[in-house]
Amino acid sequence: MGEVMSSYNEMYEGDRVRDPYARLRDWVETMPDDFRQMKQAEAEALFRRIGITFAVYGEGGDPDRLIPFDMMPRVFEQAEWRRLERGIKQRARALNAFLRDVYGRGEIIRAGRIPARLVYQNEAYEKAVVGVVPPRGVYSHIIGIDLVRTGKDEFYVLEDNCRTPSGVSYMLENREIMMRMFPQLFRGNRIEPVDQYPELLRRTLESVAPAKCSDRPTCVILTPGHFNSAYYEHSFLANLMGVELVEGQDLFVDGEFVYMRTTTGPRRVDVIYRRIDDPFLDPLCFRPDSMLGIPGLMDVYRSGGVSICSAPGAGVADDKAVYTFVPEMVRFYLGEEPILKNVQTWTLWRDDDYRYVMEHLPELVVKEVHGSGGYGMLVGPKSTKAEIAAFRAKIEANPSNYIAQPTLALSTCPTFVEEGIAPRHVDLRPYCLCGDRIELVPGGLTRVALREGSLVVNSSQGGGVKDTWVLSE
Amino acid sequence: MLSRTASNLFWMGRHLERAETAARLLDVGQRITLLPNTEAGYQNEWNSLLQASGTAQIFAQKYGEITQEKIEEFIFFDRQNPSSVACCLEKAREAGRIVRTALTSQVWDALNMAYQDLRKIERQPRATLDTGLLTDFTTGHTSTVRGAINATQLRNDGWHFMNLGYGLERADATARLLDVKYFVLLPRIEFVGSGLDTYQWQVILRALSAHRSYHWAYGGDITAEKVADFLILNGESPRSLITSLYESVWHLDGLVRRYGDTTPATARDKGREVLTALQGRDIEMIFDEGLHEFLSWFIREVSEISNLVHQDYLLGGA
Repeated sequence: MGEVMSSYNEMYEGDRVRDPYARLRDWVETMPDDFRQMKQAEAEALFRRIGITFAVYGEGGDPDRLIPFDMMPRVFEQAEWRRLERGIKQRARALNAFLRDVYGRGEIIRAGRIPARLVYQNEAYEKAVVGVVPPRGVYSHIIGIDLVRTGKDEFYVLEDNCRTPSGVSYMLENREIMMRMFPQLFRGNRIEPVDQYPELLRRTLESVAPAKCSDRPTCVILTPGHFNSAYYEHSFLANLMGVELVEGQDLFVDGEFVYMRTTTGPRRVDVIYRRIDDPFLDPLCFRPDSMLGIPGLMDVYRSGGVSICSAPGAGVADDKAVYTFVPEMVRFYLGEEPILKNVQTWTLWRDDDYRYVMEHLPELVVKEVHGSGGYGMLVGPKSTKAEIAAFRAKIEANPSNYIAQPTLALSTCPTFVEEGIAPRHVDLRPYCLCGDRIELVPGGLTRVALREGSLVVNSSQGGGVKDTWVLSE
Repeated sequence: MLSRTASNLFWMGRHLERAETAARLLDVGQRITLLPNTEAGYQNEWNSLLQASGTAQIFAQKYGEITQEKIEEFIFFDRQNPSSVACCLEKAREAGRIVRTALTSQVWDALNMAYQDLRKIERQPRATLDTGLLTDFTTGHTSTVRGAINATQLRNDGWHFMNLGYGLERADATARLLDVKYFVLLPRIEFVGSGLDTYQWQVILRALSAHRSYHWAYGGDITAEKVADFLILNGESPRSLITSLYESVWHLDGLVRRYGDTTPATARDKGREVLTALQGRDIEMIFDEGLHEFLSWFIREVSEISNLVHQDYLLGGA
């Protein structure tokens, strides 16, 4: 095993408890063991009963498996959060400006700030929507930004999710369950609420209704169906937003609009929050073998008869290779310095990077360009010599399939473990909403690596989730 | 409401009712076999019951000779039998899961719980389970779901569709059960009015949980006319054809009122027509007409109403 890294402990500074956690310390320290076990069992029973057993981020695995829920909340101070919030909103604005640009004149490419090849030859770049400007020029309406913390004021963005980030139902349910089980905690601390999220999401979607829509817009959530691992989240959101949850078969195109099949005949649909990927949207435009989509949808979209959220083609902004240029986007479009940092990234298809990475494998994290779920990745300092050698062979076989990053000392949060309470590494995914305004609820999804020392927070690899608090002033 | 949502609610109701029917069928069969005996022994009765549920052929292919264990396996557990309790509960829960936004959390809880308990029971050694337990398990859970529906669901179109599913399925099931009794179960005409005949009627009443209510309503001996009257024309009897149809029409009326005259109402019109035809008969007329002929007519009409429900509401007018 590699050297022990010193990580930022979010609760303790030496022996001193940091301010946001002051009250929680008493709560934890006075909690009897059997009470904790009872509450943990209660939380699990609640999760199972409401049926929230899906895998986050398309990790796959058993659909009926529960993701472990840790009862110890993660806490941010108001000032810390404000800074984060500014950084997240800034990044969201830049990403949407980038999308507007690359489907328009491509100024950032003409200016030589980002290589044309990375954009125009990207798999996620949709030629079918070049020149189509969606309402308010917004392409990505829900942006999930994955963050890790390495110091008091040091946050790094690991990746942006501009298509259909999942996991927000966990943010909401974690809070719901904490409030149900420990109401006294919420009376004692002043914690900013998150349960306005579904309402804000609905408003955001309504605000990007197409110009052809004159009444109050009809929004729907488009799901691939109940076999999808995130189906629970889709139905959960539809329920809280008071909109229909539709499948492709429920929608059809007639003339210049999209309709859904209802018991009283066809009803026009103005905004589609889709939870299916671009290639499955419209078999006439993309994959002809797809049964999930709606034939003719893209024609209606291009002629301004319906809004699709996120817009087709939005994925080009969250590609792992494009990621390295996001700070550049912030400077180019907004004329600002980026508030959130990117992690230094070596792209292995470049010779210099390749040489450096191969010489420093034991220190680095290496990921597949299109991988997800914490699979197909090497965490150098946590791997044996044999594991590193095996991974080296994989990289040599196909260098352009990999990127590498320094191993970050992820911050830790106190977490309930067998023996009581101990620090475990965490990350954070807040959900930024972009419509007529840019909104961010104070909170997000905190994932925690439950195994001691582990840096992998994915639920398929022993990760859990926590409630995330932002204290009001 | 989405047509697909309405369709899932409708079929959720139908499958819950069908699960209950399967359990009741198991109960009838088990009780009949306790009686010694018609000419071909208990296998004959079981075979009749399987024919009534339209599954005799699947059973014969898969299991061959009839034994009590095989029957329990088939009617309760077998996922390849589309009318088995397990299959119906699973389909109902699946439909409920798809339209969870249209269900209250109590209804979903009850439905999900039925399914989770089913999975538990499936893991138990079969020898520890008897027929009574399986029947009680089913009727217990289906009653809980139904109670949750009627206690907590909004009285909106979704509620009408669920109850419509229940109502039409129940009308169909009672008709089929009656038909088995009269046409299939009793082997020869000279058995009519015999002790065996009376006993079989009792069993049917019992299986419909109507044993006591029958006595409240009619008193005295059990006779074919009275039982038939109770199960066909008695408006107080909760599973009678007339009650099931009346309630179905009531829910169809509810939909027509809600949706107004821009949405077709052919199912409602057909329902009313059949109801009127039923109300115009008494039990003597039915026996004169031939019970089997009458029931065949009724089953056809119910199936036609169900088709019209699909045409009016579940295709989405596209």
